[in-house]
Amino acid sequence: MKTKFLPFLLILILIIIFIIFYRGLKNNNIYTPETNIINEAPSFSAELLYSNKIVNSSEIFNSNKFYLLNIWSSWCVPCRKEHPILMDLGKNKKIIVVGINYKDTKKNAIEFLDKFGNPYEKIFFDKEGIQSIEWGAYGVPESFVIYKNKILKKYIGPINQQSIKEIESLIK
Amino acid sequence: MKIFKLFFIIFFIFSSNQLKADNEDLKSRITKNLRCLICQGQSVYDSESEFANSLKTIVDKKLDEGLSEKQIYNFFEDKYGEWILYDPLFNKNTYFLWLLPLLIFLSGGAIIFKKFIKKN
Repeated sequence: MKTKFLPFLLILILIIIFIIFYRGLKNNNIYTPETNIINEAPSFSAELLYSNKIVNSSEIFNSNKFYLLNIWSSWCVPCRKEHPILMDLGKNKKIIVVGINYKDTKKNAIEFLDKFGNPYEKIFFDKEGIQSIEWGAYGVPESFVIYKNKILKKYIGPINQQSIKEIESLIK
Repeated sequence: MKIFKLFFIIFFIFSSNQLKADNEDLKSRITKNLRCLICQGQSVYDSESEFANSLKTIVDKKLDEGLSEKQIYNFFEDKYGEWILYDPLFNKNTYFLWLLPLLIFLSGGAIIFKKFIKKN
């Protein structure tokens, strides 16, 4: 009896392992970052680009308004592409655009804004890229829609007309 | 007395060097276990991308603040999800992954043991 039980158990274990691995094969293993997460907005203190004052981010995002936090840089080519869209969004009264300047020099950042316009109400200056990591950012450009200190939506890469439509439906 | 002072200074320099080296070791161990999310098949340690460099700075800062290896992993896991760690954590999704080799080893051992006992 005992000798028959052992092979049976082994075969059963193998079958279970096979089923688990077979199911694993069907899983999609292409990594796509989560963009629809509702998360507490991280708080950080950073220098502002123009005034050199150190400001805590929660002072800004805690109010009862919609914010778009945009991570950008003067050396980033896709940022140039999305800049006119941000300029349009900056005119929208329902949403306030705030920037994080990522790994840039102040001189280049200000030149960039002088040339293409400034859609941001406030700009944090993130020289080492540390504040952006607090936000779980991968690179530039990246944008977050924030309401009552919660991240409603995250855009990795430049925002386009499609994303603007989504943002507008969010802030209605 | 002067000699004592000198000894003390030399000792202090050497011991702080040792401390620094320990931190460097720990830093490279942590960055080797962090996946560079925007690179292909590279760890943060291997990569020179902007993203990886920022992560390295943060690991440095967190170590200076006195955080442990595990706390640093938790910080990054919180921001980017478990995918950023090469070594999967031990939780309910990974019990099977971690325990399967042990299970196979034990059952194999049991089979050998049984056969051995029988022969004797």
